[in-house]
Amino acid sequence: MPIADLPLWAEIAVTVFLVLGGLFGLVGSYGLLKLPDPMTRLHAPTKATTVGVGGALIASMIYIFASEGRVSMHELLITLFLVITSPITALFIAKVHIHLREKPETLPEPRDASGWASFTADGPAKGVRDMHPVEPGAPDKTA
Amino acid sequence: MITYALIFCIGSFALGLLLNLWRVVKGPRISDRILALDTMTVNAIALLILLGFSLASPIFFEVAMLFALVGFVSTVSYCRFLLRGDIIE
Amino acid sequence: MLSRFLPHPLLSLTLVATWLLLVNSLKLNSIVFAVILGLVIPMLTRAYWPDMPRLRSPLRAIEYAFVVLYDIVKANIDVALIVVFKPVRDIRPAWICVPLDVRSPEAITALASTITLTPGTVSCDLSADGRAILVHALHAPDPDAIRDDIKTRYERRLKEIFE
Repeated sequence: MPIADLPLWAEIAVTVFLVLGGLFGLVGSYGLLKLPDPMTRLHAPTKATTVGVGGALIASMIYIFASEGRVSMHELLITLFLVITSPITALFIAKVHIHLREKPETLPEPRDASGWASFTADGPAKGVRDMHPVEPGAPDKTA
Repeated sequence: MITYALIFCIGSFALGLLLNLWRVVKGPRISDRILALDTMTVNAIALLILLGFSLASPIFFEVAMLFALVGFVSTVSYCRFLLRGDIIE
Repeated sequence: MLSRFLPHPLLSLTLVATWLLLVNSLKLNSIVFAVILGLVIPMLTRAYWPDMPRLRSPLRAIEYAFVVLYDIVKANIDVALIVVFKPVRDIRPAWICVPLDVRSPEAITALASTITLTPGTVSCDLSADGRAILVHALHAPDPDAIRDDIKTRYERRLKEIFE
């Protein structure tokens, strides 16, 4: 690997961010495997992995700045994109889970009892329910 | 020092990919599989960035960017298919 | 006149910044092309952006961004500690209903994204009339504390920014 010699501060900073990024990425994937039910599983990767990638990107920015002396803002774009899109992905996956597994009774009531949007809209396509026939609200523990 | 950190980082993201693959195989619900696939794209983006870092090639950033775009769209369209039974209505 | 050529100044600015980040250079030709894109794209897609989101106080928005960034880092450490060290049977997940005071769609979107990005919480659904958000918390021994935290820490600031 063609790794250039850097001043000490840059070397330390790049190392710290790389190690942090790797650790958080690994914890995110480990949480996906360890946590017991689908909704808690959603928490681990959406957070930890974003910071994992962010750490790798910051390390790469510092490395390019220290070795070539130019500021590369390219990496920010990927981080920004991930930060904007990860809530949307999480929302969609949560909605899939609510559609297929939850009933209005298993969720807290909204304040004026108008119902949650997932249940009052057209609901999941009938064909999908037929494809994955599940008992809504059934216990979902899979250790 | 950076070399070792880089090896550690690449190793942990690669291990993360394997763990995600395990979740894809194991399921048990379809939402778990989608979540695991989405996490796989994020980990793959990290691996691509680190690869670009260690090979000192700027091309990998474009690839990572494309991967981020395609991964997001594919996750959303898979979810939309499950929610509505159709992707473009 | 200005509204004719620059229907969405913020969108134009975002487009210029995105293009400059994409080509990763600050040479004159890329700046000129970025400005052309920033002018042409909002004009062509004007029909799809019927009204403009109003930012009442951009300075507060920057402050909000830093608050959220700090919380994201803190959240990650918290969630990582829970994931690695807490035994599965001690984790108390909970559904939380957060009633909303903000009304504008932009503010609600920003609030929902913030909730998903920060401490162990994911926003899952909106009530049919848009007056409450359904939040799932990874570890919530005290759900009311999390709800109050969201309302005082984020919603109050977003209300100042957007409304």
